[in-house]
Amino acid sequence: MTTDTDTLLAEDPITGEEIELPADVEVGEIIDSPVTGTELEVISLDPVVLEEAPELEEDWGE
Amino acid sequence: MRVGILYSRIRKDEKLLLNELRDRDHDVEKIDVRKERFGLESTTANVDGLDLVVDRCLSTSRSLYAARFLDSYGVPVVNGPETGDVCADKAKNSLALAEADVPTPATEVAFTKEAALEAIESFGYPCVLKPVVGSWGRLMAKIDTRDAAEAILEHKETLGHYEHKVFYVQEFVDKPGRDIRVLAVDGEPIAAMTRSSDHWLTNAAKGGETASFDLDDRALELVERASEAVGGGMLGVDLMEVGGTDSGEYTVHEVNHTVEFKALDAATDVDVPAEVVDWLEAKAAAAADGDAADDDATEATA
Repeated sequence: MTTDTDTLLAEDPITGEEIELPADVEVGEIIDSPVTGTELEVISLDPVVLEEAPELEEDWGE
Repeated sequence: MRVGILYSRIRKDEKLLLNELRDRDHDVEKIDVRKERFGLESTTANVDGLDLVVDRCLSTSRSLYAARFLDSYGVPVVNGPETGDVCADKAKNSLALAEADVPTPATEVAFTKEAALEAIESFGYPCVLKPVVGSWGRLMAKIDTRDAAEAILEHKETLGHYEHKVFYVQEFVDKPGRDIRVLAVDGEPIAAMTRSSDHWLTNAAKGGETASFDLDDRALELVERASEAVGGGMLGVDLMEVGGTDSGEYTVHEVNHTVEFKALDAATDVDVPAEVVDWLEAKAAAAADGDAADDDATEATA
């Protein structure tokens, strides 16, 4: 779902509330839920689907 | 250029890279390694016709295996699996630097807590205990007393994963409240910054303050040699100043193979993603030239 501005609307998977995402968001990108602060992963863009992002794992890094 | 990006999470770094690639009209294939399978001869990932694949996996284990498999299919991948193998493991990293006569902190590895305690006592206090695999300053311990050493070693021994029983003990380098991160491509620096903190860990991921840094000739030389020591590629070379900020002497404590650069992009005037893509374009062209040369050689011998 898109809005008039440069944002997308999506459902927060934890609270069910509608939240706004930047229009240039990528599949695989992590965003912070404006409702709970939880990290959410963008699963798809059409339709926009968010899931709670995976927990930090021990071998993550650079 | 048709370029693949191996990833499992799009950080700001990957976003910067993707934007730069698309701005230049490159054809980008995002490859989420969590969704793919890698066989001995082929993969479910769409790698056909890729001029180059950039390994941006957040997970070290996925990075190492995915790069290794793609390399086995003849797909050019940066960084290559050999570089990843050395950089992902702090013990191998230290050995590679030492073998290349690059100054690096004195280090010992031990496999039991008793032997590790002997190593710690031989270094004296404070010294540092690090996991052999890990990043962002996680699970690093500055050990100030024997009591602390005994407690930390016991905790590590019960953590479960066998890698925690590889005790990597290192001298504590009394750096001047900062270290230096250099992003380099095949030994050529793109940008450098300091990371400063009152805490002994100065990683940007730990909240260290960043500022642009001008490398002197000695630092340039060490970056080039450190890059060569681990097999080259796009690397984050970490240095500490030894003997104060004006000494002109450094020790290289780590080289990272899936380097993050968003902090460097913000801290310096350098357009880091643009410089990275310049280098990727050159690597893709070189890989294509190599393929063409191989084809010519095959035709000549046929």
